[in-house]
Amino acid sequence: MNAPRPSAVPILRLGDVLVTGLLNELDDTSALTFTDELTERIVADGARGVLIDVSRLDLIDSFVARTLTELATMARLLGARVIVAGMRPAVAITLVELGLQLKGVETALNAEQGMHALGWQQTARSPRGDAYDALR
Amino acid sequence: MTLYDEAFARGARHADAPLRPVGLDVAPDGAQTHAVMSEQDLLTVRHAVRSATVAAGFALVDQTRIVTAASELARNAYVHGGGGSLTIEVLGHGARGGVRLTVRDNGPGIPDLDKALTDGWTTGTGLGHGLGGARRLMHEFGVDTTVGEGTTVTAVRWNNR
Amino acid sequence: MSPREDATRERLHDALRERHEEIADRWVRLQLEQTDAVDLDEGQLRTEAGQLLAALTDGLSGETPVRHLFASHRDLRACVMELSLHRARAGASPTDTSLAVLCLKEALLEAMQYTTRDTAELFAAAVLINRLLDTAGALSFETYVEGREEIIRRQSRQLLEVSTPVVRLWRHVLAVPLIGTLDTARTQVVMESVLQAIQEHEAQVAIIDITGVPAVDTAVAQHLMHTVNAVRLMGADCVISGIRPPIAQTIAQLGIDLSTILTKATLADALAAAVRITDEPMPGADAHLTAAAR
Repeated sequence: MNAPRPSAVPILRLGDVLVTGLLNELDDTSALTFTDELTERIVADGARGVLIDVSRLDLIDSFVARTLTELATMARLLGARVIVAGMRPAVAITLVELGLQLKGVETALNAEQGMHALGWQQTARSPRGDAYDALR
Repeated sequence: MTLYDEAFARGARHADAPLRPVGLDVAPDGAQTHAVMSEQDLLTVRHAVRSATVAAGFALVDQTRIVTAASELARNAYVHGGGGSLTIEVLGHGARGGVRLTVRDNGPGIPDLDKALTDGWTTGTGLGHGLGGARRLMHEFGVDTTVGEGTTVTAVRWNNR
Repeated sequence: MSPREDATRERLHDALRERHEEIADRWVRLQLEQTDAVDLDEGQLRTEAGQLLAALTDGLSGETPVRHLFASHRDLRACVMELSLHRARAGASPTDTSLAVLCLKEALLEAMQYTTRDTAELFAAAVLINRLLDTAGALSFETYVEGREEIIRRQSRQLLEVSTPVVRLWRHVLAVPLIGTLDTARTQVVMESVLQAIQEHEAQVAIIDITGVPAVDTAVAQHLMHTVNAVRLMGADCVISGIRPPIAQTIAQLGIDLSTILTKATLADALAAAVRITDEPMPGADAHLTAAAR
C-alpha cells in the first residue's frame, strides 16, 4: 500500500486544486486504489481543494457513498476541501431514500460551480459568456 | 428465521402478479440468474438489472432505485455471504409491471435479522445501510436466513406506485 | 372432440364463409339497436365486424378447441381487444361493450338456421356458439376494464404533473407553489420535478411554498426533508416558505426537526433570501448579466 498502483481514474491538477471524476465501471478495488492515490496526491501537490465530478455516475450505492465520505474526511485532515459536483437528480433521490446524506461532503451543481467554490477563478477573458450566449 | 415485510401483505392486492415462493425460477416474462462471485460480477449484475428495469417500462428514478437496491444486495451476498447469485424476473410490462430480485448466498446467515435491518449495522464494507437501505428502495422485501446455511433476499418494486 | 361437434364446427365454418356479408350486417345492426348511449360510427363497426369474422373463419378452420379459440387465436384476440378498447375510450358502458360481442351469437345462430332445420343440429350449433363467444365476452370485459384503468392512471398522472408546477422566479431561483393535500405519490412527483428543474436551469435555490397545503403530518415533513436533502446533494439549496401558524404548531407538537432547513414566513421573504444566496459571486455571473442585457 506504500506504493499504490496507479488507479484507472485520472487526477488532474489545476493550480492548487485536484480535479477528478468517477465512472460507473469503477470496481471496488479500483475505488480503494483511487482513494489511496488521491490522498497521496493531496500531500504531494499541496492541494487545497479537490473536485470530484460525479455527473457520469448513474448510481451511487453505499460503497461509493462511503468512499466519498471517507475521502472528504481524509482530505480535510490533510488540509484540503472536497467538493462533489454534478450529482444527477435520480441518483440524489435514491441516495436520500437509501438513508445516506454524505455528511461532511460539500456539493456543487456542476464542475464549474465547484471549481468556483474552491476559489479557482476564471481568467479575464470569459469563454463561458460566449458559450452561454451561443446556447440561447 | 424468516421475516416478511408488511409490504408483502400489501402485495397480495396484485392478483395479476402473485408472489411465488422463493425457489421457483419460472416467471411470466422469463428469469435470468447471474453469479455474484467477483467484483466484476457486481458490475455485470448492475447492467443486467438496469436492462430488466428498462424492459419492464420503469422511469429513470425507479430504474436507479432498483439498480441501487440490487447493488446493495449483491454486495451483501459477495462480501458477507462469500458469493452467491442474483435472479432477475420481469413481472409484466408497463403500468402494472414490476421487477423481482432474488439474491441467494450460502454464507454464514444473519444471526440477528432485526439488527441487520437497522441502519448503521454492518460487519463488512459499506455504511451498514445495505439491507435496510435496499428495503426502503423496494415495495416488497423478504429475508429468509438460516445461521450456517445462507441467506435469500427477495425484493419487488412495482411500476404503478 | 366428438364427431358431432366436428360436424357442427364445419357447418358454422361454412356458414361464415358463405354468409359473411349477411352475418356482418346483422351483427352491426344488432349492435346499433342495443347501444343507444354512445354514438358508434357505423363504418367503424363494419370494419371491425369484417376483420373479426375473417379472423373467426380462419380460427375455425384450425384445430384449436372452440372454448379457447378467442383467447389463443392471435388475430381474433386482437380484434376483440381492439373493439373493447375502442368502446372503453369512447365512453361506452361495460355492459354495452360485452353485449356488443355477445350479440354476435344471435347473428351467427340466425345464419345457421339457413343451413339446417334439424332441431338437434341447431341445438348443437347453439351450444358451440355459446362456448365460442363466452370466452370472447370475458376477454372483452377484461380488456374494457384494463382500458379504463389505463385512462384513469393516465389522468391521475397528468393531474399530478399539472398540480405541481415548477416556475423560474429569478435567475437561478426556482419556486414550487404547492396547493392541496400532499401525499406520498405527489411528494415524489414534486421531488423529481424540482430536482430535474434544478439541473435544467442550473438553479442555486429552490423555494417550496406550502401556503396552500392544509396540513402537514410526519410523513409529509419526512418527504420535505428528503427533498431538501436531495437538493443539497445536487449542490443547490432549498427554502421552505408559507408555513402557517397551525402548521408550525403541528410541526412543533410532532417534534419534527426542521431546524437544518431554511424556512421563511412568506414566498416574498423566501425570494429575498434566495436572491441574497445567489447574489454571492457566481461563476460567469457577469457574463450572464451581459447576455441578459443584450
